[in-house]
Amino acid sequence: MRNLLGLVENETLKVVRKKRFLVVLLILLVLIPLFAYGQQTQQERLKAKVGINDWRIQLQQQITDTERRLQSASLSDEYKKVLTMQKEQNRYYLDRGINPAETGASTFTRVFMQFGSQLFMPLLIIVVAADIVSTEHTDGTVKLLLTRPVKRWKILLSKYITLLLFTGLTVMAMGVFSYLISGLFFGYKGWDAPMFTGFSMSGGGIDTSAVQMIPQWKLVLMNYGLGFVAAITVATLSFMVSVLIRSTAAGMGVMMAVLIGGTILVQMASDFPLSKYLFVTHLRLTDYINGTPLPIPDLTLPFSLAMLGLWSLGALIVAFVTFSRRDVLA
Amino acid sequence: MPSNKRPAALSVRGLQKAIGGRTIVEDITFDVCEGEVFGFLGPNGAGKTTTIRMIVGLIKPTNGQVQIGGFDLRQNFIEAMRCVGCIVENPELYKYMTGWQNLEHFANMLGDVTDERIEEVVRLVKLENRVHDKVRTYSLGMRQRLGIAQALLGRPKLLILDEPTNGLDPAGIRELREFIRKLAREEGLAVFVSSHLLSEVQMMCDRIAIIGNGKILRVATVEEIVQSEINRIEWTVEPRELAVRVIEEEVGDGRVDLLGVNKVVATLNQAQTAHVNERLIAAGVKLYSVQLQGQLEELFLEITGGDSIA
Repeated sequence: MRNLLGLVENETLKVVRKKRFLVVLLILLVLIPLFAYGQQTQQERLKAKVGINDWRIQLQQQITDTERRLQSASLSDEYKKVLTMQKEQNRYYLDRGINPAETGASTFTRVFMQFGSQLFMPLLIIVVAADIVSTEHTDGTVKLLLTRPVKRWKILLSKYITLLLFTGLTVMAMGVFSYLISGLFFGYKGWDAPMFTGFSMSGGGIDTSAVQMIPQWKLVLMNYGLGFVAAITVATLSFMVSVLIRSTAAGMGVMMAVLIGGTILVQMASDFPLSKYLFVTHLRLTDYINGTPLPIPDLTLPFSLAMLGLWSLGALIVAFVTFSRRDVLA
Repeated sequence: MPSNKRPAALSVRGLQKAIGGRTIVEDITFDVCEGEVFGFLGPNGAGKTTTIRMIVGLIKPTNGQVQIGGFDLRQNFIEAMRCVGCIVENPELYKYMTGWQNLEHFANMLGDVTDERIEEVVRLVKLENRVHDKVRTYSLGMRQRLGIAQALLGRPKLLILDEPTNGLDPAGIRELREFIRKLAREEGLAVFVSSHLLSEVQMMCDRIAIIGNGKILRVATVEEIVQSEINRIEWTVEPRELAVRVIEEEVGDGRVDLLGVNKVVATLNQAQTAHVNERLIAAGVKLYSVQLQGQLEELFLEITGGDSIA
């Protein structure tokens, strides 16, 4: 056990000294202000359109807009469903006098994870994960690492634990940075704003039977919790790729292609029967609690969690078996 | 000098490796005793590195057995690896860390290495001045020394060095040679050195195993090899015509090669060489120097019966 702790310390120091995690933090520090600025501009444009800075009128306006669009004949059924749901959700808020778009740093923080968990967060995870094993091969240091009185599986386990550590830190950094930075744009308010969760689609309509009201901070935490689960899956799969492909650049390319390709596939062919077994389909776990319609209907949170769990387990088995058996030839 | 009474630090029995149906290394058997410097000699591609990788557990042998310090590598990997320090091919360390941080990293993997021990090995390889610089800034010689430092950290019984003189300048090679001899003599370490240069192995080692095409061709002491083998000798002489006549009397007409303005080269054994030298001086030839030349090539030609080598 003491041994394993020392190994994890080694791996952590390597990630830090190689400045991999610093890259992740820098990306966040550059992009979050951009996103926040974009959001702010959009909101001001909306205000200008409505004319009056009153969210009730804004919300009413949005509902009317949506209704008008719904009358268009050229809309696909899929899209109509989405619009209907949005409209009904807005009406629900309006009827109860709750501002769903209470723009504040906390809303931004929540929405950032909601949209980030499909692609942006996985890409950040890959920066650390794709490198963690393959770099030892690329640099030739694997020969020194594996000729110690330590079993190979233990060395790999220490790397995996380190990766989980940095995955958690990445998710946390996303939350903390987006809150602190977006607060400069929107003000640090809205932590305890009442939010609804538990919307779901059933039979083409919006099912409000399970809806409950929770404070915003709770919803934010739930979002980041689910985001972390998705992040672990991406980290584990990248970890396997990092074991299998000895070139860091190639491994990173493979993971990016899988993520982006998978996302496109799920969006283009949502009725493709196999897509509900792909891990990319399930990365937006946050949709289950925010009431955003899912790309494939009839999915449930337990099913998504089970799929992500299975993919991770498979990846771990492949990674550990390969790593402890493989000949180190070059 | 080696004596087989000493316990074997490394014992290799019938080692074989086949990859994709092709046998790369076959029936490798030898022992390295404590306090002995053992040379592993062979041309590039003969299977030296594959053998070394099997000894340190990087490659699983298809067949055969490796024992280090009395522990079977497969059954008692951890105990066996506790007895080894090694550099496989180039000393590739973490370039983005300092020398000290690298040593700390490996000390952490051993578990029971103190800071004092790290300081000790740093002094031993004379790296005190640069140990807190990033390895990226090190010269090849310094990396080689840091590599040796990490190998010695855990006080191993067996030190394995794969082509340790690669990239070193002559002064560095001499220093390394003395260092290795000292480790064996004073600390009783068994040192296993691979090389493709006979001259190097000859100066450093007590015993040599010669490997060619994946097989051990011969295991012998350096003396045995030097005494029994015929060598290629190069004389620098004046006048040359007279010298050629004298040498041809010994080795036969037309078996003498000329080199440069005043060099003569011929192949003969030690007794013949001594005889020729006497005759040359007696005949009044000015003998500027007598040198062994390209021994490995001759040796291989003789042992392998003229198989091509790299």
